[in-house]
Amino acid sequence: MTDAPLLQVTGLTKHYSGRRSLGQRLSGVPQTVVRAVNDVTLSVRRGEILGLIGESGCGKSTLGRAILRLHEPTAGKVVFDGTDVTALGADDLKKMRRRMQIIFQDPYASLNPRRTVAEIVGLPLKLHGLAASDEEVRAKTAAMIEKVGLKANQLDRYPHQFSGGQRQRIGIARALISNPEFIVCDEPVSALDVSIQAQIIELLQELKTEFGLTYLFISHDISVIGYLSDRVAVMYLGEIVEMGPVDSVLSRPRHPYTQSLMSAVPEIDTVGRKSRVRLKGDLPSPLNPPSGCKFHTRCPLAIDACRSKAPLTETVGDGHVAACHRLAENLSLLESTEA
Amino acid sequence: MNAPLLSVKDLRTVFDTRAGRVYAVDGVNVEVRRGECLGVVGESGSGKSVTFSSVMGLVRSPGRIDGGEITFDGRDLRSLSPQAMRAVRGRDIAMTMQDSLTALNPALTVGEQIGEVLEAHDETLPRARGARQRAIRDRSVEMLLLVGIPSAESRLRQYPHEFSGGMRQRIMIAIALACRPKLLIADEPTTALDVTIQAQVLELITDIRAKLGMSVVLITHDLGVVAEHCDRVMVMYAGQVVEEGPTRDVIGNPAHPYTKGLLGSIPRLSLRGQPIRPIEGQVPDLINLPPQCRFYSRCTVRKEVCKSLISMREAAPGHQARCVRVGKDSQ
Amino acid sequence: MTLAADMPARADSIFRQNLRNFGHNRLAVGSAAVVVLFVLMAIFAPLVAPHDPNETDLFRRLQPPGWADGGEWGYLLGCDALGRDIFSRIIYGTRISIFIGAAVILVATTIGILAGLASGYLRGWVDIVISRLVDILLGFPYLIFAIGLMAMMGPGLVNIILALAYKEWVIPCRVVRGETLVTRELEYVEAARALGASRGHIMMREILPNILSPVIVVATIRMAHVIILEASLSFLGLGVQPPTASWGSMVADGRAFILEAWWVSTFPGLAILLLVLAINVASQGLRDAFDPRFHE
Ligand SMILES: Nc1ncnc2c1ncn2[C@@H]1O[C@H](COP(=O)(O)OP(=O)(O)OP(=O)(O)O)[C@@H](O)[C@H]1O
Ligand SMILES: Nc1ncnc2c1ncn2[C@@H]1O[C@H](COP(=O)(O)OP(=O)(O)OP(=O)(O)O)[C@@H](O)[C@H]1O
Ligand code: SF4
Ligand SMILES: [Mg+2]
Ligand SMILES: [Mg+2]
Repeated sequence: MTDAPLLQVTGLTKHYSGRRSLGQRLSGVPQTVVRAVNDVTLSVRRGEILGLIGESGCGKSTLGRAILRLHEPTAGKVVFDGTDVTALGADDLKKMRRRMQIIFQDPYASLNPRRTVAEIVGLPLKLHGLAASDEEVRAKTAAMIEKVGLKANQLDRYPHQFSGGQRQRIGIARALISNPEFIVCDEPVSALDVSIQAQIIELLQELKTEFGLTYLFISHDISVIGYLSDRVAVMYLGEIVEMGPVDSVLSRPRHPYTQSLMSAVPEIDTVGRKSRVRLKGDLPSPLNPPSGCKFHTRCPLAIDACRSKAPLTETVGDGHVAACHRLAENLSLLESTEA
Repeated sequence: MNAPLLSVKDLRTVFDTRAGRVYAVDGVNVEVRRGECLGVVGESGSGKSVTFSSVMGLVRSPGRIDGGEITFDGRDLRSLSPQAMRAVRGRDIAMTMQDSLTALNPALTVGEQIGEVLEAHDETLPRARGARQRAIRDRSVEMLLLVGIPSAESRLRQYPHEFSGGMRQRIMIAIALACRPKLLIADEPTTALDVTIQAQVLELITDIRAKLGMSVVLITHDLGVVAEHCDRVMVMYAGQVVEEGPTRDVIGNPAHPYTKGLLGSIPRLSLRGQPIRPIEGQVPDLINLPPQCRFYSRCTVRKEVCKSLISMREAAPGHQARCVRVGKDSQ
Repeated sequence: MTLAADMPARADSIFRQNLRNFGHNRLAVGSAAVVVLFVLMAIFAPLVAPHDPNETDLFRRLQPPGWADGGEWGYLLGCDALGRDIFSRIIYGTRISIFIGAAVILVATTIGILAGLASGYLRGWVDIVISRLVDILLGFPYLIFAIGLMAMMGPGLVNIILALAYKEWVIPCRVVRGETLVTRELEYVEAARALGASRGHIMMREILPNILSPVIVVATIRMAHVIILEASLSFLGLGVQPPTASWGSMVADGRAFILEAWWVSTFPGLAILLLVLAINVASQGLRDAFDPRFHE
């Protein structure tokens, strides 16, 4: 194993362009562009969990899918274990799919209702020729389904006969059966009840150790990310505004957005109200993002420069980076409200 | 005035479905005191929404209330006529529904929807038409400003789809508060929202509660929200209340194995590196429940006696739990 | 969050549930029974028909129905200008109507599914080409072009099927395209792509099984339409060639004697009406049962 990261993402951008009818084109209605992900650079080391956090609609899922080329990136480069994924042809991409997998958020939408569990979980084995016979497919599928905590006698059931937590286990089994190295977990526990959520988190941790997996773990729940990840990236309106080791980012957040996010989390341990940074307004639309620093419309610290110029990403600590014009001043929203 | 504002005794609500009778709410007692905020937590399907829909008289077929007493402010709500009940809803008790995105009528402007409630319930409005219209508009503007929606005058003329999720949730609260009810029941007001917006909405509810001196029932499945905003908390499991008491006691010193399990299974920033301890298994089917502790199948400390009907036992003054291990005679 | 933590294990599939819904609709079930009756009649025509449909008997020329004056119970619905038994000819005519209807729908639905899947899933230029073609064909007057085609190609069973299917595929195509556009965005389709599944696999194995219900419903509705069109072609003499019995040509044959021998045209006309009506009512029932918007 070398020092090179398992996954290196450079300048990844994904814009969705809206469709215009012929009439709209002729009458000069401008093309609408959703700037879902903008110029994202990050790396994930082998065996690590990188947490990705941000508000709904900030582009987390889009980033995960662009890395896997489930959505073709508009620009940028994804290098996986020395291979430029963005340059692969169809055949090589298919081979790469075996090594990079995804687990979805919605345990109801992510399983084909007309397929049995055996067909769903066994599909990757067939697609990639990983089993010599149907019996071997069946045996491997049964083994995998037991690994994720279901029973082999449930193989011939249909998804609607399972609860949300059990369905999520089926999705995990499907992602793991081809023995991948890297998995994008796109909010795998957000749709589940607290007690079931914990079962799945525990399962994902066990499987990671057993198979030596690397995760990009997407969530909007800071507690889950903080609990699970080694490093964390904070996303706002398609851009990463802060990234670094969990301890450093969550205990000493430097970007005003991360700080307000941290202060908004309701914590069980503090009975009674804690001091809050109240953010004004809602997430702006990625159709028409603000100029300069995209956070300036809601930032309590915004100055004139923030409105006109996008801040550069700076190193603020050991492996800890952030993008804000006022980093040098070392301000903290958390302290200023406590005072 | 020590009588509770709302008192529910032994409430039973059932649904008759093709698969059998669902005992969605089975012998639930609730007390909401004046000015307090009661948190209601529990897994999906545990009966939180159905309990309070029953209080509001909003259970619809195939569901029906099968027994129990509901007393609000000294009045027996179950004996009221549908008309009298309609007057109570909105004026005395208001409930914001779980799904705010669909609970607003997409075809009416926000102003029309607030106005409707005022028109129906507010007796202090002047009778003369012009003055009445003006009073309604002023009150609507006031309500939108109260929930933190700027430029309320022009916003009143907009339709629900022109607002973001967080704003719609706040509009729901504005409509609920329009007649200054004595009790606000907020059913998962923040589940669909992001943390930063969730914080805004919860602070809003807490501020308004202080300002208007009303009582609030906050239904949620987030114990963090309860810890920060509620005076007392009630934990529901499979149609029953399994634990109830002051927030500090219940969270700091949980008595029921389910509450303990729930607290142990929540990932917390402060417990990084320590393993979480999920509750194994699943919630039981609410059809054909055996007469035993409902948590029996998932409980790690169960005994033979748990296979009988269990009543609430006192863990500490004002703090009860439905478990044989709680109280003096358990050990 | 509306996640039933405990899903009662529903043993029956969605499909069976739909069928049960269908079963509750008595009118639809009755109509389906009528359709089945016609199909059985078509299959077992030689056993059911009392006479050879092509056997001419000039002594029975325009013989009235069995109950009328001069009628004979052995020739229940009377005879035509060549003295052939109308009842037997109707029974044999069922074969033509149902066979052509089914064949056209089969061809059209197969083409429609393939084109619709390609158009909806592959998008891009494939979609543009197919959608334009659909738009153009929709602009064609159906019958007039079918007549033109028949005149060009000449008579024959295969030609009739082609002349009717040339435009019929557009309808399933549009249904399939619409459903595919929705289904392709679902996460299980994305999951299959993430696993490295080919486009063919995704279209045929992941999407198709999930969009089949509306396609089946549309196919039955359109079958009634095609039966009428075939009858129209036969009526105009462009369909099945004599002496083969076909309802459309039977109606046409009787036109000349409509005043003196009303039965020659009327009974085949009623047969068309009954079959088309039964198919329509049954397919409405199917649509109601399969369309979740009609469920409680
Ligand atoms: N296929 C698409 N076509 C057009 N716009 C899209 C598409 N997918 C996503 N978007 C837009 O891109 C933006 C980012 O969406 P994305 O799903 O990546 O957000 P997210 O961070 O995953 O949010 P959530 O937490 O709600 O899942 C959103 O504004 C969304 O509307
Ligand atoms: N219309 C209905 N028909 C049949 N059963 C119902 C109906 N409505 C509710 N139930 C049952 O009542 C039980 C309690 O539902 P309720 O909506 O109160 O749960 P909840 O605690 O509010 O859950 P959530 O967190 O998902 O909102 C559920 O198990 C559900 O199956
Ligand atoms: S750059 Fe300015 S607006 Fe952006 S976060 Fe920093 S201070 Fe706030
Ligand atoms: Mg997402
Ligand atoms: Mg509820």
